[in-house]
Amino acid sequence: MAKKILVFGEQRGGALKKSVLEIIGLAQSISGGGSVDVVTMGEGIGSVGEALAATGASVHVADDASLAQPSPEAYVAQIDAAVQAVQPDVVLFTASAMGRDLAPRVAARMGAGFISECISLDANGDGFAAKKSMYGGKVFATVESKAGAKLVATVKPGAHKAAEAAGGGAVNAMAVAAPSSLGAKVTSVQQQATDRPDLAEADVIVAGGRGLKEAENFKLIEEVATPLGAALGASRAIVDAGWVPHHYQVGQTGISVSPKLYIAIGISGAIQHLAGMRQSGCIVAINKDAEAPIFKVADYGLVGDAFEIAPLLAKELEKACS
Amino acid sequence: MKIAVLIKQVPSSEAKIRVGGDGRSIDTDGVEYVVNPYDEFAMEAALQAKEKFGGEVVVFGLGGDKVEESLRQCLALGADQAVVLRDAAFQGSDSLGVARILAAAVKGAEPNLVFCGKVGIDRDDAAVGVMVAELLGMPHVSVVTELEWTDESHCKVGREIEGGSETLEVTLPAVLTANKGLNEPRYASLKGIMMAKKKPMEVKDAAALGIDASTVGSGAALTNVVKMEPPAERTAGKMIQGDAAQMVQELVRVLKDEAKVL
Repeated sequence: MAKKILVFGEQRGGALKKSVLEIIGLAQSISGGGSVDVVTMGEGIGSVGEALAATGASVHVADDASLAQPSPEAYVAQIDAAVQAVQPDVVLFTASAMGRDLAPRVAARMGAGFISECISLDANGDGFAAKKSMYGGKVFATVESKAGAKLVATVKPGAHKAAEAAGGGAVNAMAVAAPSSLGAKVTSVQQQATDRPDLAEADVIVAGGRGLKEAENFKLIEEVATPLGAALGASRAIVDAGWVPHHYQVGQTGISVSPKLYIAIGISGAIQHLAGMRQSGCIVAINKDAEAPIFKVADYGLVGDAFEIAPLLAKELEKACS
Repeated sequence: MKIAVLIKQVPSSEAKIRVGGDGRSIDTDGVEYVVNPYDEFAMEAALQAKEKFGGEVVVFGLGGDKVEESLRQCLALGADQAVVLRDAAFQGSDSLGVARILAAAVKGAEPNLVFCGKVGIDRDDAAVGVMVAELLGMPHVSVVTELEWTDESHCKVGREIEGGSETLEVTLPAVLTANKGLNEPRYASLKGIMMAKKKPMEVKDAAALGIDASTVGSGAALTNVVKMEPPAERTAGKMIQGDAAQMVQELVRVLKDEAKVL
């Protein structure tokens, strides 16, 4: 069945979110000869519209000062206007802070089914079928939408090939549909000055746990991570102890990750931690307890003292990665 | 200030989760259920707001007998009233169905503020709180990690975004979904636990909530879990031997030559 697909073209400050191109690639591969439209909004985003149209999708652009900052109230009204115009079978968002914030609201407005954090999504007769993790990664579920029902879904970044420049998509300007006053309004955005990738999207993660003994020893994790260009992760124990902020936490009550390489240093491997990282490509565990559960999921295990091994590893990696 | 808190009961994060005999749900045998961890931050934020401005905290939970334990715990922490939402017609609701039930219940309480956790750690949907906001016509802020009151109807909140945070100004009524880091949830006092036994816990069904039963439950569900599987097995790999320097050299070599990840 041919599908009409609408993709939310997320941008911040005029920069298109890279994973949007993956979502468009996915949409093109499952539309079955239907159509792919993109709706994007913001202020001064002409180049975003052009970049999206280069994929061959029809792009609906709302460019206005009132849309400069993301707002569920304003953005959902704008997306809804595009939904009315396009009448899509499914609306897709990237599973980002913004996508997760908007998508359920769009689903409720449309009276549509909703599936979040899809690892895969495909047409399934008159509906769709998706795979997603549940219980923080302890199980994987196949979720189907009802035949003929509209669907809204968020799709995990990194799981699909980006759409290539095919050219020829139309760019249509949209009238502003946003309400004139907002109940919740962004007043400022703080970006941390860091060269490190985002934990959820990183190819390499180096994570530390209670085996580090004290907060200040987390710098060992940073030293190993730096030559790898890795993101920093942490076990719940050291987040709860206040050594590192919550957004470092890998696991069921933190972030589920699937990097190519995950190096766990001084992490014993509680069940809720393992659930959040066992999908990683290659897992390295460094722990002084040979019986630690983390070794049961590790591709390479080193039993030894983190304080001795980590500085040596940082040095060797500097040589290997330079 | 009238504050509604939406509470979900979920398997503990320490629980082993096995796929059940039907192949599409979990085996609940021996699984310990707790208040959803993120709902604890929502509950604490609600109690702090009540302490600041006075008023009332009402907790809402959907489900069978077990959810009463969770709501009773919230009463012990300081909630004033609990409402259990229970009806055979609610069974098998998808997220929008659950949101419809909760929105109908919350609407009746006419709160200035609705708190819930950012996500239930069972289905990992992070949908219901935001959907409730839409159904109530309220603004929402999701994944709130900071909250500062300006006055009784305005607050400043911070939420996490990729690589940073956003600050928002919120005019009540609104729905806020709580993230870890928002506060340190309190423990119930012995006095609180004793008092909780006398606090009102009401059970409401579809008729009492004025819900059209055809809009909720399995019949109205637009998404269905058709299969559940355990994650791919990982077998324990290679233990690298030697002293620290030898192990590190060998590790870097295998990461490069075998795993090809460097």
